[in-house]
Amino acid sequence: MHIPDGFLDSKVALGTAAIAVIGVGVALRQLERTLPPRKVPLLGLGAAFVFAAQMLNFPIGGGTSGHLIGSVLITVLLGPAAAAVVLTAVLLMQCFLFADGGITALGANIVNMAIVAPVVGSAVLSACRRWIRGQHGLVVGAAFAAWCSVIVASATCAGQLALSGTVAANVGFSAMLSVHAVIGIGEGLITALVVVALLRARPDLLANDREQPEVGRGVPWLAAIASIVVMVCLAPFASEAPDGLEWVAGVLGFEHAAVAPASAPLENYQASFLGSPWSAVCVAGAIGTVVVFAMAWLLGRLLVPRQRAG
Amino acid sequence: MRGQLEQYSRGDSPVHRLRAGSKLSIALLIVFATLATRLVQWPVLVGIAGLLLLAAFASRVPAGFLLRRLLTLEPFVLGVALLTLFQPGGGLICATLIVRSSLCLFTMVLLASTTPFPELLAVLRWLRVPHLLVTTLALMYRYLFVLACEAQRMQRARQSRTFSRRRWPGWRTLATVISQLFVRATSRAERIYAAMQARGQR
Repeated sequence: MHIPDGFLDSKVALGTAAIAVIGVGVALRQLERTLPPRKVPLLGLGAAFVFAAQMLNFPIGGGTSGHLIGSVLITVLLGPAAAAVVLTAVLLMQCFLFADGGITALGANIVNMAIVAPVVGSAVLSACRRWIRGQHGLVVGAAFAAWCSVIVASATCAGQLALSGTVAANVGFSAMLSVHAVIGIGEGLITALVVVALLRARPDLLANDREQPEVGRGVPWLAAIASIVVMVCLAPFASEAPDGLEWVAGVLGFEHAAVAPASAPLENYQASFLGSPWSAVCVAGAIGTVVVFAMAWLLGRLLVPRQRAG
Repeated sequence: MRGQLEQYSRGDSPVHRLRAGSKLSIALLIVFATLATRLVQWPVLVGIAGLLLLAAFASRVPAGFLLRRLLTLEPFVLGVALLTLFQPGGGLICATLIVRSSLCLFTMVLLASTTPFPELLAVLRWLRVPHLLVTTLALMYRYLFVLACEAQRMQRARQSRTFSRRRWPGWRTLATVISQLFVRATSRAERIYAAMQARGQR
């Protein structure tokens, strides 16, 4: 998902750079006010941790493997503001030490992976923790937030590419969202497993987020609803060329992988009672989101013993 | 691991002796010039490529090393560039993207292989980047390979002790490895803070 140089035009590159500077600046100001001095080295070590964790490969089968992205995991562990700074450091290091991700696309990459992902992740997480109490809520929230943040970050990435006129909106959104709906499930699963393992080994390390200043009561709800609305509104881009998805999927050879919860109900609804593809894709996006949430809920039930859940 | 990646960035050559700030500005200029050039103005692109090759030759970094680093990053460029083929007029866009992005990539690889990272950090400090971010980057650079080696050691230990053909237990143990990595990172951070205090850091 690292955008290389040459894929964004000047207006998108400058615009995202401005947003990135403002966003990271806000996060740094908040940390300077709230972070105790003894926690400052943890930012650097957290960044090194995210980098090292990304190097561990999870076997998926068929000789392929994937790895953790870690933006929601570090949000769960350190809070959104620290996560934004940590992920910015990771992206800067990848750009300058490994030439991974372009220098003109740095702003866009920071917006997608270091600002959008932790903000969406922490909003979804705190909404889930309000709905479901205790450790169960934390695990469900972490899994669902990881999926949501991957989806929304890939959507903003596709949006930037479309605004630059590089990849047409219908092709970009359908390809990016369908691939990342699957990647997001893996990310959610790994994030939940790591959180459960930490709950068992060092629950005190996860107590950090309770020290964080309490966000206003309504804000997380609003943010969660807004992120779902964004997802549902972005889905219509995929429907501008209804067969674009199948075509791209067929050509790139992931037609089997594309039968993700986000796209599976789509065909039924389009064929049957909903006439316009716009509303059909909206419904499909909403149903896909609900299905993934249900999967996250079940995963939480599976991993957290009932007596510890309350 | 650090040795492999950075074995040439501390070398000695006319390119290495340039100051990091000027090297960074030159690299940025080359990237902007590349991105502002259309494919029909190919002599300019050829000129930039020639300039980069000259710099690579002058830096005395082995060509195989540069090529290997370039090739590991090229799949990302090709992946997104292939997506542009699925739209009208995609052929030209795709060719432009591949040529320009590869040139920019080569610029950045050359910058990274001839400039030690601490010198780039000094440039960031000079640019008045907030100290919290610079400190985070400096500590990350210091402990990046320490933690990466620790992760590899832990995974090797796990592989030599647990074996199962099923995928689910494998994922669970790997998640445990990651969680232990975070526990170790946290305690290391605490030790670092204590050491900083012991050396008189306010």
